Amino acid sequence: MPLLSIIIWLTILGGILVLFVGDQKCRPVALAISIAAFLFSLPLYFGFDTSTAQMQFTENVAWLPSFDINYALGVDGIAMPLILLTTFINIIVVVSAWEVIEDKPAMYLASFLIMTGFMVGVFAATDAILFYIFFEATLIPMFLIIGIWGGPRRVYATIKFFLYTFLGSVFMLVALIYLYSNADTFAISAFHDLPIEANAQTLIFLAFFIAFAVKIPMWPVHTWLPDAHVEAPTAGSAVLAAIMLKMGGYGFLRFSLPIVPDASQQLSWLMILLSLIAVVYIGFVALAQSDMKKLIAYSSISHMGFVTLGMFIVFGVLDDGQSSSHAIMGIEGAMVQMISHGFISAAMFLCVGVVYDRMHSRMISDYGGVVNTMPVFAAFMVFFAMSNAGLPGTSGFVGEFMVILASFKANFWFAFLAATTLILGAAYTLWMVKRVIFGEVANEKVAALTDINQREKFMLGVLAAMVLFFGLWPQPLVDVMHASIANLVQHVTVSKL
Amino acid sequence: MKLIYILTPLAPLFGAIAAGFFGKQLGRTNSHRVTIAGVAVAFLFSLIALFKNLGSDGAVFNETIYTWMISGDIKFEVGFLVDRLTVVMMTVVTSVSLMVHIYTIGYMHDDPGYQRFFSYISLFTFAMLMLVMANNFMQLFFGWEAVGLVSYLLIGFWYKKPTAIFANLKAFLVNRVGDFGFLLGIAAVVMYTGTLNYTEAFEAAPALQGETMELFPGAGWSVLTVMCICLFIGAMGKSAQIPLHVWLPDSMEGPTPISALIHAATMVTAGIFMVSRMSPLFEMSETALSFVLVIGALTALLMGLIGIVQNDIKRVVAYSTLSQLGYMTVALGASAYSAAIFHLMTHAFFKALLFLAAGSVIIGMHHEQDIRKMGGLKKYMPVTYWTSLIGSLALIGFPGFSGYFSKDAIIEAVHASQIPGAGFAYLCVLLGVFITAFYSFRMFFLVFHGEERMDTHTKEHLHESPGVVTVPLILLAIPSVILGAFTIGGMLFGDYFGDAIVVAPEHNVLAEVGSHYHGPLAFVLHGFKTPALYLALSGTLAAWFIYLHRPDIADWFATKFGFLHRLLENKYGFDDFNQKVFAGGSLNLADKLWNIGDVKLIDGAMVNGSANKIGLLSSFVRTVQSGFLYHYAFAMIIGLLAMLFVLSFTN
Repeated sequence: MPLLSIIIWLTILGGILVLFVGDQKCRPVALAISIAAFLFSLPLYFGFDTSTAQMQFTENVAWLPSFDINYALGVDGIAMPLILLTTFINIIVVVSAWEVIEDKPAMYLASFLIMTGFMVGVFAATDAILFYIFFEATLIPMFLIIGIWGGPRRVYATIKFFLYTFLGSVFMLVALIYLYSNADTFAISAFHDLPIEANAQTLIFLAFFIAFAVKIPMWPVHTWLPDAHVEAPTAGSAVLAAIMLKMGGYGFLRFSLPIVPDASQQLSWLMILLSLIAVVYIGFVALAQSDMKKLIAYSSISHMGFVTLGMFIVFGVLDDGQSSSHAIMGIEGAMVQMISHGFISAAMFLCVGVVYDRMHSRMISDYGGVVNTMPVFAAFMVFFAMSNAGLPGTSGFVGEFMVILASFKANFWFAFLAATTLILGAAYTLWMVKRVIFGEVANEKVAALTDINQREKFMLGVLAAMVLFFGLWPQPLVDVMHASIANLVQHVTVSKL
Repeated sequence: MKLIYILTPLAPLFGAIAAGFFGKQLGRTNSHRVTIAGVAVAFLFSLIALFKNLGSDGAVFNETIYTWMISGDIKFEVGFLVDRLTVVMMTVVTSVSLMVHIYTIGYMHDDPGYQRFFSYISLFTFAMLMLVMANNFMQLFFGWEAVGLVSYLLIGFWYKKPTAIFANLKAFLVNRVGDFGFLLGIAAVVMYTGTLNYTEAFEAAPALQGETMELFPGAGWSVLTVMCICLFIGAMGKSAQIPLHVWLPDSMEGPTPISALIHAATMVTAGIFMVSRMSPLFEMSETALSFVLVIGALTALLMGLIGIVQNDIKRVVAYSTLSQLGYMTVALGASAYSAAIFHLMTHAFFKALLFLAAGSVIIGMHHEQDIRKMGGLKKYMPVTYWTSLIGSLALIGFPGFSGYFSKDAIIEAVHASQIPGAGFAYLCVLLGVFITAFYSFRMFFLVFHGEERMDTHTKEHLHESPGVVTVPLILLAIPSVILGAFTIGGMLFGDYFGDAIVVAPEHNVLAEVGSHYHGPLAFVLHGFKTPALYLALSGTLAAWFIYLHRPDIADWFATKFGFLHRLLENKYGFDDFNQKVFAGGSLNLADKLWNIGDVKLIDGAMVNGSANKIGLLSSFVRTVQSGFLYHYAFAMIIGLLAMLFVLSFTN
């Protein structure tokens, strides 16, 4: 059974179906499709062979044979968890929109379903052109979501979002075409084995870097993200943070590291530097925010610093010629951080959405003492805040812990700077919680708040369960990626020059 | 046995979950029943573990419960190490916790958050047990942060109080500074020994002697020293050592039962426990031990001094806790780990007693905490009075009481120690004895004796607290008196701890002290030949004379030595400094980075600046607003879809 195609096309065609069903009946249909897509993605996990780094569940159909472009899909241990995360978050997103979106709900839900199909395509594509098309295509539904259902400055935000990410990926296309001209195929695996000379490697690295650094995003090309988050509707923010950012991290793992390992090694100092700036500088910037969504957006950037740090300390860790154990831990930490951040950031944005729907304000100063009127919500908020601050026992801890352990091996000061997140992350997150949740009831609007309903309880509860599960037992997650990442580390140690 | 060890932490966790999630359905009575039952089970199992361990020559249980994760070649596991050090901690934690649970029925009787409170303290018991029972660094860190979380929740329990929610944020962040060091220490352990497991790490550690790392170019630092100091920074946060002590006095904003349980008896001693557990590592770094010794000595002396000028009953006890934690830390630095754990144990009981007694006074005084407005409570609250007296005597080290044995052992051990800083530390701990006696009895006399300074309304309603309050006081008073005499022989000078604590022969000060040891009675008599006893007595007498007979002396002192008095009242300016430099400085920096870095430079100059210049932005805005871009976007989607769809399903 072509599972990957089924997931991709079920959501995309399902999205179109939702458009035709109309605003009245669109919600149950969308929910059914999203659940079905998730169910179809489960066999990817349970049928996954953890002993091999080879692509699994592969599909291959010739598309444009003259350029050797194929409709080729497949997953390894790096892509598969991200696909499950995507289809899982999709359900939450549909639930979150239930009675909240009154304006063109069918179109709204359709956009999310179609976007899910594209994002699964990004992670499943094993052909570079197919990847590129999916990668670009995801922009369109997100562009519409922010542009139509967004806040007052949505036009500025969408253009910034579109220009940034579009410009970034143009460079990637050039790099892909250059690689094709040498490999005579667009199969990504062929690029992995292609010998490339030093200067070309550097140029290709920079091209990929621009595309993925914007996406994930890294400092200093990050400023589109807070604006996009602030203007996006709740579910848009959730998907943006939970999935779309991960496309950048995935890109580094799938393209930059294995295709141009020597350039990656040469420029790893730059990547580490930018990652640490993300952790420290952005951590401080988050502290200065007065808008909850902006604060969480900056927190996302800071957390993504751990992802890129974990990936690029690989070379520093391998330098001493000892075992690759810490290198593997670094990249696995980066992966765990991506998955975990998918749950936590989505939950944080949904939490803001919950109170925004009631108060129509994102400003921290408009709140205070929410716990008095919304105790159940407050419990969830404190839980997710603690996860965001990396409390052990939640999934937020696992990735950061692994990356800090691994980076200590590379350099004491890398670990030192990375570990400041323990203080900064707690400071900006819990200070926000203090001002929003605790204290006396701040004003009449807060006094009139009603606690979360069953639907909201469900969506936050499911996310909390995932955060707790992977915090208490991350092995099922790490286990599936182990073979692929060990293979990747093995691969990057071999020079291509 | 494995099942018993697993159930020990899980029983309170079950209680916490039941009271936390189903508190409304269970009701108040059932909520406290289920949580108390959980803790009672844990206490019972701890006793079983204790006696089994005593009976079997310290047979050690060290097993993995489940594999949390395997990454690289490193195993992350959840497992228990139950040796003689562990069983002491388990018993102390569960017994004090049980007392506090019972006491809470009375203390929180009218509080609307009754169930929530029980859920939190049971959750705390779970976390603390996970911490002390861990057999690896990761689980230790889990317990470490989990007790921090519960402490955060409990300090901010009365979430409407601005001071409470300030204090809990402060506590969490200051602890996080400690945890920052702790995490780096753990990373060092993993990097250099390749394992998180205690036993394996300790086995690998001796090979690291002489190995150096370059923190700054050109300067080699001993790996073990860096490792131990990083780990100790964690202990400084949790066990509130200077300069990370600032959170503990503020934590008194929480309800009194948790001040007793978390901020006196158990959680704050986690750092002491941790360093003792790591004794095989610390023994190999004299530099680290010296550092520990000096920090502890400073804390013991300076925090005791602040205790003299405090007027809030709970804060006096809090500063006394800080000072006593300093004593324990001094013991660690002098390699007298057993003495540290011994003092930890006796202190847990008499300090919990003092806090709960203070709580009883607070109930009687209708939540008045200022000791200047009390006085003469002796005749109204006899049980509280006598138990407080016992607690205070134990605290100042009155001969024969528990605290006497443990504190005297520490002083003697420091006296015998040869490591750098020991002379200074000895002076500090000796002076500390006088100060401890002085502030303890200053408070005692002001509260229970002398003129009745409360208003008439309060006076009319003064009465002894109910049984659920006084019974735990009595139960805690018993070990405060007798525990020391019964256990000193085995714990300090016998071979009680076995392999759980490792002391290098050249550091073994307790053996030296022990060579003069001939039973508890002789130890008491020996005390009459040492300065400590006379210092304690003179401190008590001074307090008696000044606060009951000549209060004008205190005022005279305060005006005559105004500078000193202000220094103490400002707590040496730590709070102001932190507030201005760290809190204020961070916010200032944050604001600058954001407004100048992100808004002006990146967005203003680079992004929008260049976009505006080429007119791109405005033309895009026009396109979007005319609606064309949407059409274009949709056309793109449809085209793409058609192309892909036809392809994937035709073949």
